[in-house]
Amino acid sequence: MIVENLPALQVVLPLLAAPLCLLLSRGRPAWLVATLISWLGLAISVVLLWQVKDGSVIHYAFGGWAAPWGIEYVVDRLAAYVLLIVSLIAAVMMPYAWRSLSSEIDAHLLPLAFTLMLLCLAGLLGIVITGDAFNLFVLLEISSLSTYALISLGKDRRSLTAAYQYLIMGTIGATFFIIGVGLMYQLTGTLNMADLAERIDALEDRRTLKTAFAFITVGLALKLAMFPLHLWLPNAYTFAPSVVTAFLAATATKVALYAMIRFVYTVFGTHFAFESMHIEVLVLPLAAVGIFITSVVAVFQHDIKRMLAYSSVAQIGYMLLGIGMATVTGLTASLVHLFNHALMKGALFLALGAVCYRIGRCDIDRMAGIARDMPLTMAAFVVGGLSLIGVPLTVGFLSKWYLLSAAMELGWWPLAALVLVTSLIAVVYIGRVVEAAYFRERPAGTETVQEAPAVLLIPTWILVAANLYFGIHSSLTLGVAGDAAAHLFGAVK
Amino acid sequence: MSADQIAIIAAMTVPLLGAAAIAIAGKAPNLREGVTLVTALLLLAAVLSLLPDVLAGARPQWAFDEILPGIAIAFRVEPLGMIFALVASLLWPINSLYSIGYMRGNDESHQTRFYVCFAIALWAAMGIAFSANLVTLFIFYEVLTLSTYPLVTHKGTEAARDGGRVYLGILIATSIGLLLPAIVWTWSAAGTTDFTDGGILAGHLDGPLVGVLLFLFMFGIGKAALMPVHRWLPAAMVAPTPVSALLHAVAVVKAGVFTVVKVIVYVFGLETLQAEPSAQWLLYAAGFTIIVASVIALRQDNLKRRLAYSTVSQLSYVILAAAILAPLSVVGAALHIAAHAFGKITLFFAAGAIYTAAHKTEVSQLRGIGWRMPWTMTAFTIGSLSMIGVPPAAGFISKWYLLVGAFSMEQWVAVGVVVLSTVLNAAYFLPIVFSAFARDGDNGGPEHGEAPWPIVAALTATAALTVLLFLFHQIPLDLARQMAGA
Repeated sequence: MIVENLPALQVVLPLLAAPLCLLLSRGRPAWLVATLISWLGLAISVVLLWQVKDGSVIHYAFGGWAAPWGIEYVVDRLAAYVLLIVSLIAAVMMPYAWRSLSSEIDAHLLPLAFTLMLLCLAGLLGIVITGDAFNLFVLLEISSLSTYALISLGKDRRSLTAAYQYLIMGTIGATFFIIGVGLMYQLTGTLNMADLAERIDALEDRRTLKTAFAFITVGLALKLAMFPLHLWLPNAYTFAPSVVTAFLAATATKVALYAMIRFVYTVFGTHFAFESMHIEVLVLPLAAVGIFITSVVAVFQHDIKRMLAYSSVAQIGYMLLGIGMATVTGLTASLVHLFNHALMKGALFLALGAVCYRIGRCDIDRMAGIARDMPLTMAAFVVGGLSLIGVPLTVGFLSKWYLLSAAMELGWWPLAALVLVTSLIAVVYIGRVVEAAYFRERPAGTETVQEAPAVLLIPTWILVAANLYFGIHSSLTLGVAGDAAAHLFGAVK
Repeated sequence: MSADQIAIIAAMTVPLLGAAAIAIAGKAPNLREGVTLVTALLLLAAVLSLLPDVLAGARPQWAFDEILPGIAIAFRVEPLGMIFALVASLLWPINSLYSIGYMRGNDESHQTRFYVCFAIALWAAMGIAFSANLVTLFIFYEVLTLSTYPLVTHKGTEAARDGGRVYLGILIATSIGLLLPAIVWTWSAAGTTDFTDGGILAGHLDGPLVGVLLFLFMFGIGKAALMPVHRWLPAAMVAPTPVSALLHAVAVVKAGVFTVVKVIVYVFGLETLQAEPSAQWLLYAAGFTIIVASVIALRQDNLKRRLAYSTVSQLSYVILAAAILAPLSVVGAALHIAAHAFGKITLFFAAGAIYTAAHKTEVSQLRGIGWRMPWTMTAFTIGSLSMIGVPPAAGFISKWYLLVGAFSMEQWVAVGVVVLSTVLNAAYFLPIVFSAFARDGDNGGPEHGEAPWPIVAALTATAALTVLLFLFHQIPLDLARQMAGA
């Protein structure tokens, strides 16, 4: 009974627990509930992945209403894999959230913060699992609205502007998306994604379909911060509370990217997307330029959170490159990096959050000499940084390997060179932080601070360890990503 | 699981466990140094136990786990790797003894971190030596770079930071920017990255692309210090002398030229390269580096910097020998890895001994010092002779094979380079020796004798090894011949 309803529980549990957190009206119980729910969510996604690991697909009709009338939840390998990423990150970050959030926001807002985090989690998980285009929009809005509110909780007043900026951009994105879905509904009479995929085969020449495609991809591109639609992201990441930044960086953009993959590869199909609409003509140059520009911009940031934010935009560019290549290896590279980037950015932002917890703001000048006081935290940052650069024995290396293989397979040498050059730019911006933290003296007039508390260190190091573990024992991630990519291409019509 | 496999596993775990034990024993210096020495000796025993079987023609192997589909972290002991592993593991205990004398004699800070990083660096060197494919090699190559960075920047000063920046900058930029794409290219062209007798690229790649791939490999292997990617080596001299001695005269730089030889012999294959005119440039690049680095060395007054440029020049001997592409010259390349290691570590040990006892760092300050430090300067003399390549030092043997190979291929450019560089070597080493033993010497300064005994013992041992390798070179020669098929 329970096992059958796991796909629903994955989303419904956090959704129902969210108002409970608000009703508890005190921070600590709300946090305990949120943590418990996030752990249950992780357990559910592990079971789901285990169930579909052999390639089978779970179809779950919500409320017993069969598709295409009711809402259908679909768990295949790809979905289960992304569910695992999101719920793993949530499960690791919730324990961290209490100490970090309570130092950054007012006590009476804490239950609200956990409510919002659970809502955001429910939305993200739902986007991944749903098989219904309109339902996807609803869940996208649930996660987005809660994100706007979460960002505005930051203690710097500029967080309000950042949230507002994101609200405007995000709403435009969501509106574009729903316009696209509406056009598709008008054309095909269905909202079920599998149905859509079948019916649009015959309609490939219709202008309505092309318009819908344009609206949907641009809308999602805004959500996933594709260059040059990324302008909301640096401010949002910089001024949001540390743990919120970490959570968003590791999950939100990844889920939007997943939605993009779903629509491009499953709903519209590679034939329509690449041969009829030539999406790669748009995606590849923008991704390439974006990777380079945002990497360079990252080098010149004083605020390290902002630096990592720009780096995130560049990393999303890598994933878009893989999508735009339209080959199995390229798509595998995207999916591998989707998982790996969640681990590396999660680890980096958590380590940075621990530094912020002790010294307030994470300016590079304030972080001077901090490694002497906080050796474990900075060691975590260094390993995360190495992973970002793509040093072997970390997950970053596997991402780089697949991206390079994919580029070389096509004979696209300039792209291979771009990936390498931007990896070296990552050496520069990570190196700046390392040099400041290890070689400079603490700024005059600051007191020595203590190492971060264990509740912050342990989650950080869990993610660091995951960076190393999955960098060596890569069969799970590479296997699932490779199979899923091959499957998406197998469905080519 | 055979005894050889256990030995490989031991070689790949002992230094790591040692590093952990050193960290734990950090509060008790005597225990900590004891752990270092025991670890070094255990590693030596593990490597030595592999020697008889490899000499007899066995190629023990052990795979850890697949890191990428079709590519495992795998180890396979072949003759060249055996030579490199033997040299590194033989010199580690001696260098540890020296380190103890040096680090205590100079009151260095952060000694626990120093020994931990050292053990990890040796672990990486073993991984490189025994790697069965390019990906495994690349992994340990990067571990070696990163684990030596804290050693280079050990002093934590501005100069150390700047040196470290150049060091890491060049080594990471070349390895990620050039070596990694070369490996991925090899993988996508040949479908394998395993080191195989005769090479793996034959039939998969031809024409000028061979030259291009060779370019990516040779400059991507920044540790081999082919000009213009050599600048990290002088920059690394800011490190404490034991680091310069074992790592920047042996483990790191030898990992570089070792990789060069491996790539030429087991990835390209001698025959593929012989048939390909676009691969010829390497000979000239190596010759250029030999001569120019020697000329620069001639003009250095700082002793360690002079030694560093001498190393750049000597490393290119190995590259030159491999680039001649004659089996006999490749034998010379393999032997030179060992010969240069023993000679150059002796020279660095002597430089460190002079610094510890007399606090002198410049060549011009060394007049007459030989009478105060007879052991040290005698060892220095032997090391110098090996660099120049005259009997009774090991450098003669490798140079011999290099020249024989060059003659057999009628590579007159290579012969000319070797002759000219021998003159240059003599020009920048012999004056140091002569002035150190000058009668009228002694430019004052505080009285001092020899450095502490562990230092003297260590440099005596390596000087003795330099001579012994000249007298008894059968084992490395057999190994080198097996590898080159000569």
